[in-house]
Amino acid sequence: MLAKRIIPCLDVKDGRVVKGVNFIDLVDAGDPVENATIYDSEGADELTFLDITASSDNRDIIIDVVKRTAEQIFMPLTVGGGIRSLDDIRRLLKAGADKVSINTAAVKDPNFVKDAAKRFGSQCIVVAVDAKRRKTEDWGVKIKESARRIPDKERKADLTWEVVTHGGREVTGIDAIEWVIKMEEMGAGEIMLTSMDFDGTKEGYDLALTRKVSDTVSIPIVASGGVGTLEHIYEGFTKAGASAALAASIFHFREYSIRETKEYLRDREVPVRL
Amino acid sequence: MIAVVDYGMGNLRSVSKALEKVGQNAVVTSDPAVIDDAQGMVLPGVGAFPDCMRNLTERKLAHPVVDFINKGRPFFGICLVLQLLFTEGYELGRHDGLGIIPGKVVRFEGKAFVGEDKLKVPHMGWNQVDWNSRNCADTPFQSLSNGEYFYFVHSFYVEPDDDKYTIGTTEYGIKFVSAVRWKNVFATQFHPEKSQEKGLSILRAFGEYVNKWES
Repeated sequence: MLAKRIIPCLDVKDGRVVKGVNFIDLVDAGDPVENATIYDSEGADELTFLDITASSDNRDIIIDVVKRTAEQIFMPLTVGGGIRSLDDIRRLLKAGADKVSINTAAVKDPNFVKDAAKRFGSQCIVVAVDAKRRKTEDWGVKIKESARRIPDKERKADLTWEVVTHGGREVTGIDAIEWVIKMEEMGAGEIMLTSMDFDGTKEGYDLALTRKVSDTVSIPIVASGGVGTLEHIYEGFTKAGASAALAASIFHFREYSIRETKEYLRDREVPVRL
Repeated sequence: MIAVVDYGMGNLRSVSKALEKVGQNAVVTSDPAVIDDAQGMVLPGVGAFPDCMRNLTERKLAHPVVDFINKGRPFFGICLVLQLLFTEGYELGRHDGLGIIPGKVVRFEGKAFVGEDKLKVPHMGWNQVDWNSRNCADTPFQSLSNGEYFYFVHSFYVEPDDDKYTIGTTEYGIKFVSAVRWKNVFATQFHPEKSQEKGLSILRAFGEYVNKWES
């Protein structure tokens, strides 16, 4: 049986892992390869590097990080952050990445996804979608209850989400559900879906969003943004239909180990690789 | 020496690094002379079936690869290359494969459901393989246990005409063939080079098989 995947995400800046909440007060957390090795030995199913290097002068450092990782770790590696051209993708894949995740560049030009999938194959093209709820009046302060509620058929029409970029600072006007349909058509092999309402809150995934996206497209969904407890990951799989769960802080700060996470899921009859 | 053949389509670095990790001398090459000199060959492949066939043909590597196989030397195909070994594929229209194993390559039915959830295509992630112990005898797969997980990424799967070629099967909506053997040709739908220790153990065993074949 296909196992549900647990994917730790490492934020990498200028070739170093950084930890912080919402990219604020970042502290150095060591060498990416060393961090990756730990997750590897704990039984992570894949790894994701999110390159948040700001200076374009230092953009090539990630290539070296990927090369060094691929020499030591024999598991799937996804790299995201700042990918703008087919040449960026070619260099990352050549260095040893298995997949790249494209976010802003896809919003700017959806055909970029099509060209990338055609050239390198859909299997290595992940489209990262950051989505934000359009209607907020029904949840307001009750963010927690709202996240847990999967709307029934009648209510589904009420909730809509919009694609945002730059950490939610820029709204695009694009409907998130229409967007994922388009990205699947363009040849995306997977969707990494982040709720910008819940990211960093530790209140759980936006289950309604994840469920709707998962039911809409046939490609796998990686749920991201908001995990605070193991129950949140469990809900992402069982209530929202996610194929994989990506989390950063709960693993970074050693709140839970990968193994502990998988044991929790196994005990609740979620298929995991242990 | 094991030749890792470069025809512009595979994750060559991952494969050569994995072979080095298990103590093999791996050379990434597209030179027919180097290929002819190799004791074993690993052919990795990702992307689409017709692109892969076209690249092999245009780079004049299809013949050296088939010659190598016909000389009876150990060959290991990964992912898309397992599919290329078959008679014909149906990705983006009907296309001829290398025609080494009789059978065809077809797509997972994306409209199927697993419980409440859609059957997601591509089949991506870690899934279990059950080994056919009779067909695995004297192969690099003989010491594997049923139920171990390996990493898959694919939308198409192979349907051999005869199950004598099948050494491993996997469940995903249906039961499909995830590893095959034809004489000295071995191929897996999953990626041993991405399957951590279990995957490396297969490459290690393949390396030993190659070394034994030499002597």
